[in-house]
Amino acid sequence: MTTANVTRSIDARGMPCPGPLMSLIGAIREGRVGDVIEVLSSDAGSRTDIPAWIQKAGHDLVEIVDEDGFARFVVRKAR
Amino acid sequence: MPARVVVLGGGVGGTLVANLLSKRLRRDVRVTVVDPTGMHAYQPGYQYLALGQANGRWLVRDERTLLRTDVDLVVEPAIRVHPDAGTVQLARGGSLDWDYLVIATGARLAPELVPGLTEGSYEFYSLEGAQRLREALRRFRGGRLLVGVAGIPYKCPPAPVEFVFLVEEYLRRRGIRNRSEVRLLSPLNRAFTIESASKVVQPLMAQRGIELTTFFNVESVDPSSGVVSSLEGEKAEFDLLVLVPPHRGQDVVVESRLGDASGWLPTDRTTLQVEGHERIFAIGDATNLPISKSGSTAHFEAPVVASRIAALVKGSAPRSNYGGNVMCFLETGNRQGTVLRFDYEHPPAPPQPSAIWHSAKWLFNRMYWGVVPQGRLPERMPIPVPRGRSTE
Ligand SMILES: Cc1cc2nc3c(=O)[nH]c(=O)nc-3n(C[C@H](O)[C@H](O)[C@H](O)COP(=O)(O)OP(=O)(O)OC[C@H]3O[C@@H](n4cnc5c(N)ncnc54)[C@H](O)[C@@H]3O)c2cc1C
Repeated sequence: MTTANVTRSIDARGMPCPGPLMSLIGAIREGRVGDVIEVLSSDAGSRTDIPAWIQKAGHDLVEIVDEDGFARFVVRKAR
Repeated sequence: MPARVVVLGGGVGGTLVANLLSKRLRRDVRVTVVDPTGMHAYQPGYQYLALGQANGRWLVRDERTLLRTDVDLVVEPAIRVHPDAGTVQLARGGSLDWDYLVIATGARLAPELVPGLTEGSYEFYSLEGAQRLREALRRFRGGRLLVGVAGIPYKCPPAPVEFVFLVEEYLRRRGIRNRSEVRLLSPLNRAFTIESASKVVQPLMAQRGIELTTFFNVESVDPSSGVVSSLEGEKAEFDLLVLVPPHRGQDVVVESRLGDASGWLPTDRTTLQVEGHERIFAIGDATNLPISKSGSTAHFEAPVVASRIAALVKGSAPRSNYGGNVMCFLETGNRQGTVLRFDYEHPPAPPQPSAIWHSAKWLFNRMYWGVVPQGRLPERMPIPVPRGRSTE
């Protein structure tokens, strides 16, 4: 479990696209290198959008956990 | 005694809700609109102004001439709402009492949030900005023209895409297209927020040689070297940079402690009441609703709020609900366009661009002053359901 290390958790469940991704981008903007940010999203588009953005922006996707009706994306700010 | 309704903001939503309430309730209501300028702007016209296709006079009217004569207009900013006392404080020291309050203060442009943005870029989201951009475009002799968005949400999501199509056509007409690069910088991995519409416009952009850089979330602008940098670590060089500034809620919302971290009002998606406040309603760009910030949203929300307040004043149960209705035209250049019609349940299925929707947009541009503020258009718009999909 990574939950213990999470610096900031964002509950974006129920938010339509691109809400969850934009919330993550906002948290990365405000965060510090090394911060671990968790985003909960029930939007199917997040599955492709969030990993694609993390790759382009050069951060680390720690894990994606499927929960009941939503997914949990855990991201480490790498730069 | 008539019910006292105060409407903050004399834009698309505020003007319409005030007129509808006074029309419905007549002697049973006293409606007061508060607006800092007393002028009403037709903002979709700003981009035509920037491209030299419209003049400023067409775009701005005196708010008094748009309101029914029995609606009062107070020309000064509201600075603080006191929900418990049922009052609103005005900038010159006065205050107004209300039984029902409608907050329709729109969005504030917040260029200060991005270093270098004010000095290094142009915009077409304000009258002054559009005028400055028109002059810059006139001076432009070719080079790298970049169009982007410096924050989500922003009003009229298709506007930057429309602008990029129209400015590409403008450069062709001026004979400097072959000396220019035209590029759209998008914060997302597609042209703009609405996926189905991005699928329609992206092939057209490619056909016209308009480049698309995705996942470009603007971080700063360096005016002296002409470079815009992204949060993703990319840099793009420009000769002319057009950026939609970040948007925030108005200070009055923040000062009243009614807004979220960005100043948007937490609003019930169907009743349009501000959460936790039964007698305060919000419409238009001021809400936190996850739908397009657009004039059409405000236009379809206003009748719902007017009807709900009218019911409350008359002592009956409000029945009118907002279903997320939005309708926007999207110009794709070469005198063509498409249309986005959607609501909470039905995503838009825009038709292939054609001359019809370009003409419809221009018909609307010309009709606006005579029909929208007065509530002469239908209060709802049916959403066409694409073949093969049921409404269930
Ligand atoms: C370039 C551009 C193109 C657009 N194209 C389209 C389009 O094609 N279709 C479409 O539907 N929409 C379009 N829009 C969006 C549309 O103009 C806005 O979404 C719409 O005006 C929102 O209406 P509103 O009533 O919420 O806010 P506004 O119309 O912005 O009105 C807000 C009012 O509140 C007032 N106010 C501010 N602060 C205070 C205060 N403290 N106290 C009292 N009053 C205050 C302001 O002065 C203003 O009059 C476009 C916008 C732009 C900039």
